[in-house]
Amino acid sequence: MAYSTEDLVIMDSIIKRYPRSRSSIMPLLHFVQSRIGYVDGEGIELIAKLLTLETAEVSAVASFYTQYKRKSVGEYHVGVCTNTLCAVMGGDAIFAGLKAHLGVENDGVTADGKVSLEHIECNAACDYAPVVMANWEFYDNQTVQSAKDLVDSMRQGNPQPPTRGPNSLVTWKEASAVLAGINDGKAHEGIQAGEPSLLGLKISKEGK
Amino acid sequence: MTQLVPVLSAHWDEKDSFTIEAYTRHGGYKASQKALTMDPDAVIQLVKDSGLRGRGGAGFPTGMKWGFIPQGDNKDHYLVVNADESEPGTCKDTPLLMANPHVLIEGCIIACHAIRAKHAFIYIRGEVTHVVRRMNQAIEDAYKAGHLGNGVELVLHVGAGAYICGEETALLDSLEGFRGQPRLRPPFPAIAGLYARPTVVNNVESIASVPAIIANGAEWYQSMGTEKSKGTTLYSLSGHVNNPGQFEAPLGITLREILELSGGIRTGHTLKFWTPGGSSTPIFTQDHLDTPLDYEGVSAAGSMLGTKALQIFDETTCVVRAVLRWTEFYKHESCGKCTPCREGTWWLVQILRDLEAGKGTEADLAKLLDLCDNILGRSFCALGDGATSPITSSIQYFRDEYISHITHGGCPFDPVASTLFVGAGA
Repeated sequence: MAYSTEDLVIMDSIIKRYPRSRSSIMPLLHFVQSRIGYVDGEGIELIAKLLTLETAEVSAVASFYTQYKRKSVGEYHVGVCTNTLCAVMGGDAIFAGLKAHLGVENDGVTADGKVSLEHIECNAACDYAPVVMANWEFYDNQTVQSAKDLVDSMRQGNPQPPTRGPNSLVTWKEASAVLAGINDGKAHEGIQAGEPSLLGLKISKEGK
Repeated sequence: MTQLVPVLSAHWDEKDSFTIEAYTRHGGYKASQKALTMDPDAVIQLVKDSGLRGRGGAGFPTGMKWGFIPQGDNKDHYLVVNADESEPGTCKDTPLLMANPHVLIEGCIIACHAIRAKHAFIYIRGEVTHVVRRMNQAIEDAYKAGHLGNGVELVLHVGAGAYICGEETALLDSLEGFRGQPRLRPPFPAIAGLYARPTVVNNVESIASVPAIIANGAEWYQSMGTEKSKGTTLYSLSGHVNNPGQFEAPLGITLREILELSGGIRTGHTLKFWTPGGSSTPIFTQDHLDTPLDYEGVSAAGSMLGTKALQIFDETTCVVRAVLRWTEFYKHESCGKCTPCREGTWWLVQILRDLEAGKGTEADLAKLLDLCDNILGRSFCALGDGATSPITSSIQYFRDEYISHITHGGCPFDPVASTLFVGAGA
């Protein structure tokens, strides 16, 4: 059993957030990823048991959403936006550069288990293009070289901090716990907004 | 010249703007206190009078949506905020929630009072860890301060990577713990929404606009914008421009004005095509620089205001490559429920891939348009409709460029020239 008594208490509190228990499937799946790293059979069975559902009902949900993984990802899961705008502005070159640099394909993990790579869709930061995400934290305005430096820092065990995020990059499992709604006390860390977010406000204050 | 008017973004430049201290320092949570002393119907009327319309894409009047909730029905009512910002090009709600999550919470309190709901949910996309942190901390702090928990319960629900969940009925299915697939309407969410109960689903920016309307009055809001598109809104400028970013302005500003204010197209280059409101809105060209960016103006020019996501592409960009990539996105994100969208987007990708690789024929262009005709309006939701927008509009404006791929035997563009780091040795 991979789950402690404390884990089961947390899972129970997640279920109680909702008027109807089934609504808690998604945060529970994020929670399973925070403990195991991906969604495994045991996690599916546990959620089914807790919610009095069939395992097929839980895996039907798990398999629909791309953030739920069926196998281990790296300690740092890197996503390169290759939707049109980021792709055109350099995302395609960054993704190709990282594949060659890491020696992995899309959805691949490095042999040391440190870094996995995925091409992702638009991540709502187009004014910071080209964008790279790691464990769903923002790394803005990337180049091929800066992205290579970023993954190198991860493999050396000392990842660069996100551009707009906490003071240091948390691991995949730690980030999954945040997505399950568990407060890691880092909300106050990092900047409130990057320069592009503030540009209109700045221009307005200059009286234009 | 239209001036920028920061309302939502007014205090984003303060380092602690996301904290409850900063929010209350600027009068935060006074509007909800005021609203709670008002009759709920009066709050709905005030929002109706303000002219506020949905900022998530469709532009439906917010007050009218609230007014559709049946009253005295002895049923639970729900407010659901759509924070699943995923439309390509759209990047306004994410900076808003990172810099000021409390304005959304206050908007939720007011909206719940108006529609007589005791329970609200914010459905946020899962790929933004730090925004989830900020939002959850803000909810925790609002509970501690007594703004939440005294009549309104608010839960942050984190998605898991599915564009379709930005569609309101798919969002509701997802929130109920199912695969995110759209529902057939009617019944609309106002009658049978979350848990088959009367539900209002609003975009983040719509709900976040409400506190200022309550605080300053409908007339103040009405005084900004154009005849049928009132107030201010966030325009998101991205792509081949010197200075991308967020620009809050009265509705009706033009792209020419935003470019003049911000520093224009990437130096040494010219505007080729752009989206007024994300990838699902038909593309525009240089000819639309003076189109008023309000609901009516953009619609009259053949597109949609959408999410005001102004993605700018200069002459180095291959339109066929751009459209193919968007189409691959729609194919990937189609939930599979309706045949025209599921099968149609698959075929669109096959044909566009051939065209981009120089293996297409002119007959393929006709086939693309015929496919689009058989997808548009034939599925439960608008995802398939959105998939056709870039294709039909790009063939309308850039048919020659498609043909040149055929005659050239491939793409005539150098992809390096369109990157941001061209010439930087990257």
